[in-house]
Amino acid sequence: MKILMLGWELPPHHTGGMGVVCYQMCKELAQSGADIEFILPYTAEFPNIDFMTVNPALPEGVTEVIGSMAGSTYDSQYFTYVDNKGNSRGVQMHEHQSAYTQYVAKLARLNEYDVIHAHDWLTFRAALAAKQLTAKPLFVHVHATEFDRSGGSYGNPLVREIEHMGLLLADKIFAISQATKDTIVREYNIDPAKIEIVHNAMELEESELHEDTSVNTFTYLQIMQGRGYKVILSAGRLTIQKGLIHLLEAFAKVVEKRPKTILLVVGSGEQYTELIEHSAVLGLSGNVIFTGRINGTGKTWRDAFRVANLFVMPSVSEPFGLTPFEALLQHTPALISKQSGASELLRNVLKLDYWDIEEMSNQILAVCNNSDLEITLAEEGSAELANITWKRSVQKMMHHYQLHAHKQKVLHV
Amino acid sequence: MSDKRAIVLYLHVHQPYRVRHYTALDVGHRHDYFDAPEGGRENNADIVRKVAYKSYLPTNEHLQRMLETHPDFKLSLSITGTVLEQFERYAPEVLASFQRLVATGRVEIVAETYHHSLAFFYNRDEFEQQVVMHREKVQQLFGVTPTAFRNTELSYNNDLAYWADKAGYTAILCEGWDPVMGWRSPNFVYQPAFTSNIRALTKNYKLSDDIAFRFSNRFWEEYPLTTDKFLDWANASWDQPLLNLFMDYETFGEHQWADSGIFGFLEHLPKAWLANNSHTFMTVSQAAESFPAVDTLDCPQTITWADTERDLTAWLGNRMQQGAISSLYGLTDMVMSTNNLSLIEDWRRLQTSDHFYYMCTKYFNDGDVHAYFSPYQTPYDAYINFMNSYHDLKYRLAEAGQPV
Repeated sequence: MKILMLGWELPPHHTGGMGVVCYQMCKELAQSGADIEFILPYTAEFPNIDFMTVNPALPEGVTEVIGSMAGSTYDSQYFTYVDNKGNSRGVQMHEHQSAYTQYVAKLARLNEYDVIHAHDWLTFRAALAAKQLTAKPLFVHVHATEFDRSGGSYGNPLVREIEHMGLLLADKIFAISQATKDTIVREYNIDPAKIEIVHNAMELEESELHEDTSVNTFTYLQIMQGRGYKVILSAGRLTIQKGLIHLLEAFAKVVEKRPKTILLVVGSGEQYTELIEHSAVLGLSGNVIFTGRINGTGKTWRDAFRVANLFVMPSVSEPFGLTPFEALLQHTPALISKQSGASELLRNVLKLDYWDIEEMSNQILAVCNNSDLEITLAEEGSAELANITWKRSVQKMMHHYQLHAHKQKVLHV
Repeated sequence: MSDKRAIVLYLHVHQPYRVRHYTALDVGHRHDYFDAPEGGRENNADIVRKVAYKSYLPTNEHLQRMLETHPDFKLSLSITGTVLEQFERYAPEVLASFQRLVATGRVEIVAETYHHSLAFFYNRDEFEQQVVMHREKVQQLFGVTPTAFRNTELSYNNDLAYWADKAGYTAILCEGWDPVMGWRSPNFVYQPAFTSNIRALTKNYKLSDDIAFRFSNRFWEEYPLTTDKFLDWANASWDQPLLNLFMDYETFGEHQWADSGIFGFLEHLPKAWLANNSHTFMTVSQAAESFPAVDTLDCPQTITWADTERDLTAWLGNRMQQGAISSLYGLTDMVMSTNNLSLIEDWRRLQTSDHFYYMCTKYFNDGDVHAYFSPYQTPYDAYINFMNSYHDLKYRLAEAGQPV
């Protein structure tokens, strides 16, 4: 099974969960015998990846594309082109998206693939071009829709249109959760029979984390824990749909009852200054720590999950949400909103409606004040995690690849 | 000694006081742990009325008619203090129907703890007080004094039998669990090890659970269960004196719904059984004195009638359960020395075993029987509500000048 896989990022050069998901998914696909050529929009070294070919989409005459990982959202990214003379120039995301499309089209003409698999709207134009040229089955994988990213409004009409085209012309759609499938059906009028749910898993091993630190970053927090403090962790982009204002409001009630509680906020984003200000207004300056951005596959990130007594993901909207899985992987219990895709899957976590601030403080206090609860949630949650594997999801994907690749062959004979 | 073979039908009636959604922010401000708002999943009045309608009223109507039709029909009931109180308050017509059954003289009431607690394993004084409370409640409402004993969830060990023997009971009930029975059949009377007068009746779990658990299960290879089929199985042990059918009363109409045909089965069974002249029914105390003990029953470990393990792990299996119950009993001396009756009563209501059952994580991932009986969505919700109530009890103790 030869797969032309179109993605936008892979760790360690990544900004969000999608890269981590693509990495693990491809690793398991390769284990199941898939031969994957993964096309990225930028040039980078991937010493961890020997199970597939990773190629950057290089425009004519360009020898290197440098991606900026600093932007907090994908459409604010920019790229730098370097040519063989060492000259460089910056381009906007949309210009580079066109170049990516041309590169993929060229590749599709030159090589033979069994299926095309594209991740999210950024790669859909390229995927459609490849399908048009080769008539190979197209699988589009939806990690998040524009509807999700715009917090439940229409969002950018151009992006909506590209998404819609991709969803309409795909032979099969993989959605990462039931909630995402529902969104695709409701917001994009797609036939539910065409959509398969392929849940994510979290199976990163210790050896796959890169060394971004040689020390334990959170010694301070451990000392405070020794003095009776409990540490609550939030990790992810600081944007409105992550629901962090609600968390701060709830945390204020927690600190009122239990002053020895610390909230560790890991991540960056457009709400960064707003959240700092808001925590100051609530009188929480002494209890909230902002770390700024930390790479999601590095050891510092892992240490944050490891030191915490409770991980909280209070998202207003979250198509999946990989972070609670990372928490359970480190034996840290998780509290998540019912509005996340992860809550469809995980049972041994605390769940609530993101707007229920009183319940959020109630559950946080319960974990802080009862170590039996913390331990039981961690034990049962980790045990549950062991049964949520990429193997299961990849088997489903392989099945559909084969089905469509076969159908395509029959049609063309 | 009786020359007739007897079915000993024993039904257990119980409802706990479920804890409402009680948050950390309620602690120290309100103490109404058991008063869920109307329409809430944990609203006790709603649940008692619902079960009265589905189970208690129709079942008692059937039982009453069976008692009137068949002079040989008899049964035994254990009814906890917590459910009796709730009948008095929310469904007095149910209490009256139980009183009519007992007034026939052919329905025996079995003793137990008033609060359906696991106090026997944590505090012997508290356990004995709850047994006395239950006895007095039964005397007050039914005018009888129990002579047989069952402990919460049919939990049983040598110690309990020894205690019940010393307390003057003539019969005690337990699960006829294979590791304890060995090669022996549950259809005989046994003498518990190290006791003098008391006799043990052992539940025939195979035939009991065919009715209680499997009756309406369409995937069961024996489905549907008819009285003919059931009596065929029962008659396979024709030369053994007893058939101990022990189960939750709520089997009838609540666990097995009316549309499964369970009431028809209940009504048919005595008729079909008594059609044979060498068959009869007995209450538990009557069975214990009608047949000699054939052997001693040695049970150093604690067994119950729950789950495939038949031990206490459904209530005390995980750290939340263990921590919650030992925290609660840790308050015993302080609670008792307040002499504050409402505080003592709230503390006792929290001892009801159901609270710990709701916190069980065993099988939570399969969403099984435990989930069916829980008003909470997860074992963690159950634990959080319970522990917040516990923290409020401590707050009240502190207010009362106790050194918490």
